[in-house]
Amino acid sequence: MRIALFVTCVNDTLYPGTGRAVVRLLRRLGHEVDFPAAQTCCGQMHFNTGYRADAAPLARRFADTFDDYEAVVVPSGSCAAMIRDWYPTLGVEPPTGVYELSEFLVDVLGVTDVGAYFPHTVTYHPTCHSLRMLKVGDRPLRLLRAVRGIDLVELPGAEECCGFGGTFALKNADVSAAMGADKVAAVRRTGAEVLCAADNSCLAHIGGALTRRRAGVRALHLAEILAATEGDAR
Amino acid sequence: MNSRAVNSSAVNSSAVNSRDRVLARIDAIVPPRPAAEIAAGRAAIERDYLRRHSTGDVLDLLADRIAHYRATVRRVTPAELPGAVAARLAGRVYAVPEGLPRAWLARADPARLVEDPPVADLDALDGAVTGCAVAIAETGTVVLDHGPGQGPRALTLVPDRHLVVVEAARVVADVPEALERLDPARPLTFVSGPSATSDIELSRVEGVHGPRTLDVLVVA
Amino acid sequence: MTGSMPTYLGMPSFPEAAREAVGDTLLRRNLAHATGTIRARRAEAVAELPDWERLRGSARQIKDHTLAHLGHYLRLLEERVTGAGGTVHWAADAAEANAIVAALVEATGETEVVKVKSMATQEIGLNEALAEAGITAYETDLAELIVQLGDDRPSHILVPAIHRNRAEIRDIFRRAMPDAPAGLSDSPAELAEAARRHLRAKFLSARVAVSGANFAVAETGTLVVLESEGNGRMCLTLPRTLITVMGIEKLVPTFADLEVFLQLLPRSSTAERMNPYTSMWTGATEGQDFHLVLLDNGRTDVLADEVGRQALRCIRCSACLNVCPVYERAGGHAYGSPYPGPIGAILSPQLRGVGSKVDASLPYASTLCGACFEACPVAIDIPEVLVELRARAVESARHPLTDAAMAAAGWTLRSPARLALAQRAAGRFRRLTPRRLPGPLRAWTDTRDIPRPPPESFRAWWERTDGGRRP
Repeated sequence: MRIALFVTCVNDTLYPGTGRAVVRLLRRLGHEVDFPAAQTCCGQMHFNTGYRADAAPLARRFADTFDDYEAVVVPSGSCAAMIRDWYPTLGVEPPTGVYELSEFLVDVLGVTDVGAYFPHTVTYHPTCHSLRMLKVGDRPLRLLRAVRGIDLVELPGAEECCGFGGTFALKNADVSAAMGADKVAAVRRTGAEVLCAADNSCLAHIGGALTRRRAGVRALHLAEILAATEGDAR
Repeated sequence: MNSRAVNSSAVNSSAVNSRDRVLARIDAIVPPRPAAEIAAGRAAIERDYLRRHSTGDVLDLLADRIAHYRATVRRVTPAELPGAVAARLAGRVYAVPEGLPRAWLARADPARLVEDPPVADLDALDGAVTGCAVAIAETGTVVLDHGPGQGPRALTLVPDRHLVVVEAARVVADVPEALERLDPARPLTFVSGPSATSDIELSRVEGVHGPRTLDVLVVA
Repeated sequence: MTGSMPTYLGMPSFPEAAREAVGDTLLRRNLAHATGTIRARRAEAVAELPDWERLRGSARQIKDHTLAHLGHYLRLLEERVTGAGGTVHWAADAAEANAIVAALVEATGETEVVKVKSMATQEIGLNEALAEAGITAYETDLAELIVQLGDDRPSHILVPAIHRNRAEIRDIFRRAMPDAPAGLSDSPAELAEAARRHLRAKFLSARVAVSGANFAVAETGTLVVLESEGNGRMCLTLPRTLITVMGIEKLVPTFADLEVFLQLLPRSSTAERMNPYTSMWTGATEGQDFHLVLLDNGRTDVLADEVGRQALRCIRCSACLNVCPVYERAGGHAYGSPYPGPIGAILSPQLRGVGSKVDASLPYASTLCGACFEACPVAIDIPEVLVELRARAVESARHPLTDAAMAAAGWTLRSPARLALAQRAAGRFRRLTPRRLPGPLRAWTDTRDIPRPPPESFRAWWERTDGGRRP
């Protein structure tokens, strides 16, 4: 199977550890991934803010870059949803086989136990686009539950939006911050050391509010927990 | 009563033009199609939802669902009905609509029954006793079509109590079956429990303008 | 025919209005409590029907079919209502509708009307228009009464006084309801009882009523009103003249179609299997004069938009408001319209255009989280319409700051080389990443830290290590 990684512009630029974790994880599971260097951004920010003329060339670039692969793994629920659900609106046919990370692991590779070890208390925020557009369901939780050493605690009001919403966080900063504050309070009530999600944009928002409050909770992408092994703990 | 007279004096010519303007605008956006095509489009609408949700005993379900609304509900045999009606009416003055089976009232105190009262008198009465056209088990709903034995709409609205006798044959399992049995040319009132409101903090409270007590007797 | 909705003059933009609401802890508590209560109950009521998604699909198709043949079904409705002794009036906009209703009331010689809660008459500002004509309109729905007595504005479609808690309602009643009982407590039952006494005489003496409609059945001419309190039945039944104002999109083709909506609406709205009372009538009933006013007021503009058209499927259940995290924090008033929440964010700018500050800001009043779409019983894809309206706004006007930022980002992202260059620059200056950003970006750093750029981007790492195969 020819697998490509679409790392996303946010991960590429700000969270390279997430991309490295995906590579390491898939390699451990016996799969090599390509990183086509022509990739940039899925166009979600432009599209969601109404800048379709700027989003369209990014969508075309994505389609051209990834057309030849059987599977494209995307460690971001909202980018995967953008590609699969919105590209047709831009007149771009998305390549078949675009998967959010948890979908790829559970549905394509058929694994839930990826051999990870992560001895920490973790709570999981499902993120809206994974939940409601991709409908990934409990796939991320099934993957997390199979991680050795993990203490997975339920996040109250997990399905409620964190308030990020792309440019919403700037245009409607007060409501965004109020939603973020409530999410932070919910995370702190769990007593978790780590907040996990499969989208670093949401994690930047919640994580940024957590560190601003010196909450002592780390925000970590799902891929990084799934890539962790005993070797890391030593 | 002449509604035309009110109409002709009230409506100016711009409103008449508005009809044509609005319809012309609509026709320009969604152009008219032949009737057969519209009918075919309507027939193509998927209706794969369930005709009924419950397969169990409809009378049990009806009683359960009505009770859920904090109405009183009791199942009685035809022989028990007159006694049960009399017990519900006890000591109070009730309106009785034309066409209500007299047997239902055999044990009631006739001095406390008012036959077909005018609307103006209703506020002074304690309640009204009626039959119904249909009852829907799934939703605990009693439907009046205001035919014989049910009275005009005000009869079961103004007094504070409403006693409904539901004959088993009038009970259907679910909403689709109920609509099949009803005649839209008649005025219809669907009653699901006593008057209520959720307007204060979105929590349900029973009892506002309609009857605050709903008694239901299911006869089988 | 562009609509107009009066009364919200000088409304600030959504973010501005929301800022105030977010700071109002009492309002936040009231809204969180009320929406929290209804969310859980709605989920239960919906879960009870295993065919919910199929009902939803049918409802969507019935509404879309009706809208696709709207002229046909409106003419049919008109014919059937007229045939049953009713009179049909057409209003292109709010002013026409208000004039028709005022003239109909004047023709009866009455100076008072009782009203059933109706979104259409809120939208056209009927009460204010009637007042100008010397006619007093009495709202009879409990929440509308609270709003009217409190000289307030509605903040929710179903429960217009949702922003008030029981203690505030008691205070309003004590202050503005002349016959409020001495020692009225804040128990909801006592408050409901006070409203019952207050309005009873009004119902019994009223000669004219004004209502809206939840549905109208084209093939039979039947009008349908769903309610809870019995005030609707009072208004629809007791007065001699009944005037119903209804948007032209409220149609369903057949009586049997109601079987879908009577299952969807109560569960979505009040989380009940069925609402306490539903009234249906066809034409002039039990000796009444019946007038039906069909209202456009911008609806044909919405119909003309192939993406936005789906907003006309709306059955005003409020489920989207109740599940919306933005509504919960901003409150209904921030939307500057009788239609608040997610549906308001797509409906108001379409009905009124985007000429005002608030209407221009509404398409952005959402994180696109999709909770509204998921809850909508007629499957209106609200995020899709919001994004469409945003695109329309970008195409039709300049927004200097955002345009420049988006153009710069677009230019960078169209080329991997330019992206890599930007990443290297960010990495080089990472130690200088400020805790607070200037200008519009301050909105982020006021409450959140910003991620510090890594020394090396993913693509740089990949190139340097051949995807981790070289150390």
